[in-house]
Amino acid sequence: MARALIHMPATAKRGEVIEIRALIGHPMETGYRVGADGKLLARDIIRSFVCRYNGEQIFGAELHQAISANPYIAFFTQVTESGTLEFKWDGDNGFTHTETMTLTVSAT
Amino acid sequence: MKRRDLLAAGAGMAMLALARPASATPAEMAAAINTFTGGAKPQPGKVKFDIAQLIDNGNAAPVTVSVDGAAENVRAIAIFTERNPQTEVAVFTLSPRSGKAEVSTRIRLATSQRLMAVARMSDGSYWSHGVDVIVALAACIEGEAP
Repeated sequence: MARALIHMPATAKRGEVIEIRALIGHPMETGYRVGADGKLLARDIIRSFVCRYNGEQIFGAELHQAISANPYIAFFTQVTESGTLEFKWDGDNGFTHTETMTLTVSAT
Repeated sequence: MKRRDLLAAGAGMAMLALARPASATPAEMAAAINTFTGGAKPQPGKVKFDIAQLIDNGNAAPVTVSVDGAAENVRAIAIFTERNPQTEVAVFTLSPRSGKAEVSTRIRLATSQRLMAVARMSDGSYWSHGVDVIVALAACIEGEAP
């Protein structure tokens, strides 16, 4: 099971723009390298990343082999209301991982 | 690792050098950008591609792409390379609720080359920024994991 780290504030004001940083442990094997046996290692990468804020997609990414191992993606979003953010990674060989974070909108 | 294994790996590397697909070319990058834009020609400007000019480690080069102007007008940001085995690096889809049109990630670079960042706006226009980088340690040259 992959390990994922999400960095974002737990509380924010309405209308504030917050940065979200997402990191997941994954080798992102390109399919261009050879192993110790001299044979090409099969491609094994994360192909897509999606972030949903209360069910609505606010950010998506289509990844290719040129993304480094342990893909790190940082992006921004505008805070509207309290709720949950769902992060989902999908990749080769049926790889899938979901993380959920809660965001609380503070008064004023 | 035994000497025998090392030699075997070396032979494998030599075969790879023959079998490896040729690196992408500037023409392939232009074709890939053309596919992303749907035929429209991106104009230089608005986009800022932030990457170190001299990259020590091509296995993980931090990049940041930001777009000037109102963030809700930016629909997508894509990154392309000229000489990686594959031209496309990533396509980021933004939404009107992004608040700030800026994304950061870490990419692999196979050699010193030219990179392009292209942004798609809500009015259908495309803007780009190209940078030339020098890569000291290239990605994809070693058989073992970095």
